[in-house]
Amino acid sequence: MKSLFTSGHRGCAGCCDAMVAKFTLMAAGEDCIIISPTGCLEVMSTPYPETSWEVPWVHSLFENAGAVASGVEAALKAMGNKGDTKVIALAGDGATLDIGMRSISGAFERGHDITYVCIDNEAYMNTGVQRSGATPFDASTTTSPAGKVSYGNPRPKKNMPAIMAAHGSPYIATTSLGYPRDMIKKIKKATEIEGPTYIHAHAPCTTGWGFDTSKTVEVAKLAVQTGLWPLYEMENGEVTKVRKIGKQKKPVEDYLKMQKRFKHLFKMEGGEEQLKLIQALADKNIEDFGLE
Amino acid sequence: MTVIRTLDKDKMDVAEGSYAVAHAVKVCRPNVISAYPITPQTHIVEDLSQFMADGKIPNCEYITVESEFSALSALVGSAAAGARCYSATTSQGLELMHEVLFNVSGMRLPIVMTIANRAVSAPINIWNDQQDSISQRDTGWIQMYAEDLQEISDMTAQAYKVAEDKDVMMPAMTCMDGFILSHVYEPVVLLEQDLVDEYLPAYEPEYSLDPKNPLTFGAFADPTVYTEFRYLQQQAMDNALPKIEEAANEFYEIFGRYYGGLIDEYETEDADIILMAMGSLVGTIRDVVDKLRAKGVKVGLLKVRTFRPFPAEAIKNVIKDAKVVVALDKNISLGLNEGSLFTETKASLYNTKVDVPIVGRMIGHGGRDIPEKTIEDIVEEAKGIISSGINTESKYADLKEELL
Amino acid sequence: MSIQLGGVCQPGTTRVNKTGGWRTFRPVFDYDKCIKCKLCELLCPDMAVLPMDDGFFEFDYDYCKGCGICANECPTEAIDMVLEEK
Repeated sequence: MKSLFTSGHRGCAGCCDAMVAKFTLMAAGEDCIIISPTGCLEVMSTPYPETSWEVPWVHSLFENAGAVASGVEAALKAMGNKGDTKVIALAGDGATLDIGMRSISGAFERGHDITYVCIDNEAYMNTGVQRSGATPFDASTTTSPAGKVSYGNPRPKKNMPAIMAAHGSPYIATTSLGYPRDMIKKIKKATEIEGPTYIHAHAPCTTGWGFDTSKTVEVAKLAVQTGLWPLYEMENGEVTKVRKIGKQKKPVEDYLKMQKRFKHLFKMEGGEEQLKLIQALADKNIEDFGLE
Repeated sequence: MTVIRTLDKDKMDVAEGSYAVAHAVKVCRPNVISAYPITPQTHIVEDLSQFMADGKIPNCEYITVESEFSALSALVGSAAAGARCYSATTSQGLELMHEVLFNVSGMRLPIVMTIANRAVSAPINIWNDQQDSISQRDTGWIQMYAEDLQEISDMTAQAYKVAEDKDVMMPAMTCMDGFILSHVYEPVVLLEQDLVDEYLPAYEPEYSLDPKNPLTFGAFADPTVYTEFRYLQQQAMDNALPKIEEAANEFYEIFGRYYGGLIDEYETEDADIILMAMGSLVGTIRDVVDKLRAKGVKVGLLKVRTFRPFPAEAIKNVIKDAKVVVALDKNISLGLNEGSLFTETKASLYNTKVDVPIVGRMIGHGGRDIPEKTIEDIVEEAKGIISSGINTESKYADLKEELL
Repeated sequence: MSIQLGGVCQPGTTRVNKTGGWRTFRPVFDYDKCIKCKLCELLCPDMAVLPMDDGFFEFDYDYCKGCGICANECPTEAIDMVLEEK
């Protein structure tokens, strides 16, 4: 089956954004309209006059994907053209939960029939790996670097799925590039449910996180297996399904040591304490979501 | 052709300015309206929402957005999907949209917005001046200023007609002085649905977001092509100059009302002193001109109706034989100490053979009332310029020295 | 190439950009080991794994950037990453 996202884009070898875009379009099919904000995906896929998109696609600004998607949906409804056309916002983490917070909040509060897929590579990648609200605890980025008096980002990730659940979204799911068929299934389900649905896609970035280009899927799997990235679905505010880790459980070190952005934790004085804190975050997820 | 007003009382209703605009938008058959409240535009979006609630606007969605930024952003999506769009804002809201204004213009989406002109913060002030829209003059939006309720109502249809023209495809702002026009009740002929259907064709863009014909909107343009995009926007503005005249003339043919195209002139033929202004101030000046003409003063009024594209040629042709021109500005470019109507008129004359002294008087900022006396004093001062030359090129005409 | 109104682009046009030149290593199939699980086609970020009629796959070397995800994930290690010869 021909992909609706074509070759020739300028994404890095092993690019996580390209993979999420590809899987989103596999889930959505031809009858969709994609809205993307400024970011790696937009820049690498649409250098005028070329585009990698084989579906209708619009880019406006950095912070308004939610608003633009609302407008597309309203226009289709008003002109009687909605049919089964899926309106899907496909946006990075910074554009979604930092600068785009206002737009997505309004869009979900108003209940537009859209699906919002957040490609979470945990930093502002397109501008060179700066810290965003999605950057995990102790990750080193260019604006939260590890240093003589710093272990990196001092804050935990913003819990975006919970925030969107609080907006009354009928369906929310976390997904991971480590489990692509699961991602496609969840995105398809989200697009078929009426109302504003939210997919949070964990997307390990080879350039930004510092691992070999071939390891994108492997690193993603480890995030899930440590419990740091729980896979779950929420329907109408309640967690209805989780993917249990069971015997596949790994200690957080297995995941962290693969990435340059956490290397300092294995070298610095006090790094061991930090690793324990991160393990505690993972353990809490396992407990809260029942991932045992 | 000078202003032609309909005096047919049978067709008139007493309506608030905001209501007249909302009604005009309704009959222009919009598909998507986005709304965010801000004084003094709020009545427009409130009236539109009542029309929606009463089912009076078919094929239309009304989005109560969470900020003005999103108000215009949502319309980017709607317009790209092929819908005729509308919003209204002012002052702080327009400033918040600043980024999106450039984006809309660059994407060549013919969105129409009403600006209920209001002063900008700080200090915060909700009353009228034109700083808000004037500050956006570089964004690539057509800007037109209305002198009264009938004009702003009629201008709405003309704005869509010009914006959606295939040779233009640029967004447009229709500007009405906040409170002075938005909250005032006047007898108006509410825009007629059947005549608008004759005047304004359906919006049929060449490109839209359509799964049957997938296109990419908003690609990035590197240094090898960006300049040409900007050039084409300027070209579209150039194309808009005659289109604005045509739209006004055609409006007259169908509706019987005319308010000027790019400009309008009143008693300027033999005028020694010409006053230039935009917006509701024009109405006051008309009365002052009548009063002074009765006393034998050769004064005239040049109403600048379109500020973007800037009608340099039209302005030049009106003022070239005057002895002095005073440009009145409800805005200031801080650091230059000039209002932009003055600056741009002066600049456009510099390389021409027109040798008329022109001065700028800033007036009415923050909603300060402009009584006829203020205008009469300015005319008196202008007489002095004819005899003894320019003393002060640009200054506030209504500054309260006692507060300083 | 004259400018389209508003910078609108026709679909699928990045295909003129052959990213195969980015590679250092190229993937090579060992068809004896391949079990036709389709995982490589699914994962490739550049859509450079193309199905053949017999159910096996071939690489589109015009676009393959040599990331190695296919080789890393193949359940039977049926893909080798081989240094590109110049």
